[in-house]
Parts: sequence; C-alpha cells; structure tokens
Amino acid sequence: MSSHDKMFLAGILTFGLLAAPALAFDFGRPATPAEIKLWDIDVGPDGKGLPDGSGTAVQGRQIFADNCAACHGDNGQGGIKDRLAGGQGTLASNMPVKTVGSFWPYATTLFDYIHRAMPYPTPGSLSTDETYAVTAYILSLNGIVPADGKVDKESLPKIRMPNRDGFVPQPEFDPAKLFRRK
Amino acid sequence: MTSKTSSERLPRSADVSRRGFVGGLSAGLLGVAASEVARAETLADVPDRAPGADLGAHSERSRFARLDRIPEATPGKRNIDPSDAINSKTPHQKLVGNITPTDLHYERSHSGVPDIDPAQHRLLVHGMVRKPLVFSVEDLKRMPSVTRIVFIECTGNGWENWKKADPDLTVQNTHGLVSTNEWTGVPLKFLIDLVAKDKGSTWMLAEGGDGAGVDRSIPLTDEIVNEAFVAYGQNGEPLRPAHGFPMRLVMPGFEGNLNIKWLRRLKFGNAPWMTRWETARYTQLLANGKARQFQLRMETNSVITQPSGMMQIQPGYNRISGLAWSGHGKIAKVEISTDGARTWKQAQLAQPVLSKAQVRFQMDWDWDGKPTRIVSRSTDEQGNAQPDRQTFIAAMGTNALFHYNAQQTWSIDEAGRVRNVLA
Repeated sequence: MSSHDKMFLAGILTFGLLAAPALAFDFGRPATPAEIKLWDIDVGPDGKGLPDGSGTAVQGRQIFADNCAACHGDNGQGGIKDRLAGGQGTLASNMPVKTVGSFWPYATTLFDYIHRAMPYPTPGSLSTDETYAVTAYILSLNGIVPADGKVDKESLPKIRMPNRDGFVPQPEFDPAKLFRRK
Repeated sequence: MTSKTSSERLPRSADVSRRGFVGGLSAGLLGVAASEVARAETLADVPDRAPGADLGAHSERSRFARLDRIPEATPGKRNIDPSDAINSKTPHQKLVGNITPTDLHYERSHSGVPDIDPAQHRLLVHGMVRKPLVFSVEDLKRMPSVTRIVFIECTGNGWENWKKADPDLTVQNTHGLVSTNEWTGVPLKFLIDLVAKDKGSTWMLAEGGDGAGVDRSIPLTDEIVNEAFVAYGQNGEPLRPAHGFPMRLVMPGFEGNLNIKWLRRLKFGNAPWMTRWETARYTQLLANGKARQFQLRMETNSVITQPSGMMQIQPGYNRISGLAWSGHGKIAKVEISTDGARTWKQAQLAQPVLSKAQVRFQMDWDWDGKPTRIVSRSTDEQGNAQPDRQTFIAAMGTNALFHYNAQQTWSIDEAGRVRNVLA
C-alpha cells in the first residue's frame, strides 16, 4: 500500500465513509495554465505576481480624481471611506490614524488591493498601467515616492514602507517560526 | 364565545405588578412583547381553537415573534442606513439554546452579497500542487463530507466597548457578531490529497468571489488541515447568499474573516501573502503603536444574554442565561458573579458541549432588589480563562479594535434597569 493510499484509508476511517478509493481521483477537472493565469491575481511582498507595466504619480493624479476621490477625498483625505494619506506618528496615541502611509507595511499590498477590489463599484476596471499609476500617486501623497515618481514590478517590492517594522506576529502563528521544524 | 384579538382587551390595573414581573424576564425573550404574555388572564380568556392557515411550501415565524438582525457599521455607528452597514448582528437577547437560526446568523460582508449562480461558480485549487484542479459545486457535493456545529465570530465582536461603554447598548450591539450553525462540506484534507499538494507548501491563500475578492493567508498547521472544510450546507440547506453561497471555507475556532465566503480559489504556497486584510485591516494596534499580526484564533469568551442591556428585571427569582465559546476547544466551565465580580458561582451548561461551538449556560438567581452588577467568565478545556477588563486592557490597550474578549458586565439599578458598563 502506498503512503497516499494509506492516507486515503485514514481519511475513510476518520470520516466513516465507504467510498471506493478509485473514485477519489475522478473529482473535478484539470485546470489549464491559460485559465489559471486569468485568476492568479495575488501579489506577494517579494513582488511575485506583479504584472509587466508601469505608472507614474503624475498619471495617477487624474485617474485618482476620476475613480477614487469621490469616496477617499481629494488627496486621499476627508472622504467618506478610508483615509489613505497622513497619520504618521499617531499609532501610539489615543486616536490612531491608520493610512497607507502610516500603517501599511508593504507597497505590493497596495497594488494587489487596488487591482482586486477597487474602485468599489467596478473592481478590476483599471488597467495594469492605471493601477500602477494610482499606486504611485497614493504613495506620493504620503511622501513615499516623489511627486514625479514611477512604479513597476521591479521598484514596488523595493519600497520600504514607513511602518514596515510595525507588526509583531502572534507567537502561535509567527510565519518566521511556525514551520521551521518541517 | 368569540375569540378576542389583542386590541379588544386592555390590561386591568390588578395585572400590572404581575405583568411587570413576567414582562421583565421575557420582554426580549423570543421577541414576545410583554403585553402579549399577560392578555389571557384566566383560561376563559384564551381564544377558542379554530382551523388555521393553509399549509405552505415553507413555514414562517409567528407574527408575534419579532426577530431581526441589526445592520451596523464601526463602533458607535449604529442606527445607520443599511447601504452603509458593514455587518449585521444576531439578536442574542431574543434567542435560546445553542444554535443560531440561519437567517439570524451574523454577517460581515466586505462588498455586499453577490448573487451567484452555482452552475457558473468554480473553485480553482492550484499553486504548489502536482495537479491543479477546477471543481464545480456538484463536484464538491459528490465528495465525502463532514458535518460539524461550530461558532463563527467576527474579530470585531465586542468592539463597542474598547474605549467606553454606551449605556443604551443591548447584547446584540455588544456581542452580535458571533453565531453557531451546523455546516456541511468537504474536508480541506480531501482536496489537498486530490491536487497532490507539495509537502513544502505550508501556507494557503483562500480567496472569495465577492467584489472585494477578500483573501487571507492560512497556515497549514495539523489542526487546520484536519479541521477546515469547504462548506456548501448550512443547518441542513444550501448556504444562504449572505454566508457564502454556493461554497465557503469553514475554519473552526479561527477569525470569522478566514472563513472565506463565495470561495473561488485556494492557492498553495510557502509564505503568507500579506494581503490587505492581514496587514492593514485585521491586525490589532497595541498601546505602544505596534500591531499584533496573525492573531488568528478566537479567544475564550462568554456573555450573559438574559438579563442583558436595556432589559428590566424585578426583585426575586431571575434566571441568568448566556452563551460561552472558545476557539481553543470545549468550554469547561462558566462562572457567574451577581455582586460585581466579588464572588462567583458555577453555572449549568446545556448539553452537548461541543468543541469550538457556543454553549448555553444558566443559573438561578434571587435578586434582593439592591443595585448590583452581573458578569460571566468562561474557562475552556485547555485552561484558558476569559480575562477581566482591567487585565485585558492592560495587555491590549484600547486601540486594538479587534479580538475583544474581556468579561462583559451589566449593571442593574434599584429599578431593575440593566445597562452596559465597562466593569
């Protein structure tokens, strides 16, 4: 009996089932590389998953005004939804202001989030270059990239966010230690 | 004798004191108003029997039982327009037993409730696997299944009381973001075997099919691999859209937002993705300005639901009842203090006590009519005890926003009015 068969048998015993093991491999269908690419949108902190393309803060200013300012306010402040700029130095106060500039630890997360979830009424409607541009603009509002700055898949993971060291993992699920022995 | 409608009969003055007593205990219970309770003063007043309504395709609640969730936003933002709501809270003050009615299960949705045709829904499982696969809902339903009763709790549960205690809050306002249902689905382990996951994969990204594409990194600990499942059933029926129809991840004992709704992708990797929700959102800001991250497990908790905020009780016999739960396992005991946390008595637990599920507790109490405070504290089978507020705030500060599990105190004044207080 192979180890995989043993695992499956253990599964049968665990869940009290009588399915024939041979059927176990008939579920679902293979995913093709082309369709995986359509859905594989996540971006890691190392930049893995960032697409080709680029955008500048100057381009982003107009795209932000057209697509984002209605909720987030001009310059990413004073809107009806999350504030995106400012707040540095407030995290230990009684009124912390959590923004991209004061709180977010990774610039890659900003691209990922805009790409998957924004603008709220039409998520995914911005092009790759527009997404880079809005990312650059929001970072520029926080003084993290210059007002004439540009970001792409090479530069974004290299940006060191002001609050990069502001997070302390819960010991039980600390990614640096959790699977060390395995 | 003709049957009387409630509007035809006014309460007599002699009824008042008894109505006060009965009404006090049951004003909220099951949503039955006090005036309805005392209308049949003698058996002769009980309406005659008669043929009832036609049988229907499904049954509805009695028109006398009013049970509603409340859509709310962030702490202090209550009584809002539903279009501004980010969650909807369970009316624990009106419920009994251990299981939350399906339509009253709390909800937190990050981009509304998508209207998904199950025939067009797909789950992609890929990444560090030998065989990336696509599954339909029907595929999942053909697989071996598990059924389990578990609580799901939003990490924001209790967040109204971090900085202050508004006195006009009900237990629905303070603790309405936790519920317990029976869920049915396919063990995660079964899917892991089907795609032949690489042994080097230690983290999994789970992503929803909602507008926000909510995604969380999940560590593949033995506990999670053995207990997580992809659910398509809720209390015996397909999931409700608000709860992830046609499929969601269920992560017993872990943060509600890890139980990804409208699940459409599982990707295996070897490090967390640092998504917006696990960095900017569901992390807990401590007093020193650092944020606690990957605090994934929900803590040992309890709350008295009867009597609770905005109810009124009478001196004499009162039955205290509430709910306790822990993401660590089973509740071992619940203690109740009726003298402001000076002395404690052990409450009775309703059976069965299940791991990572809410359990009902109760205790008899003879109130002497003097102002006091009542509070519950739970301990789970691993010895984790629910902290008092002072100890809890000393450790977490008041800015954390999420993972509030301090003991909930209700004050009772000389008139029997029950109000939310910090301790």
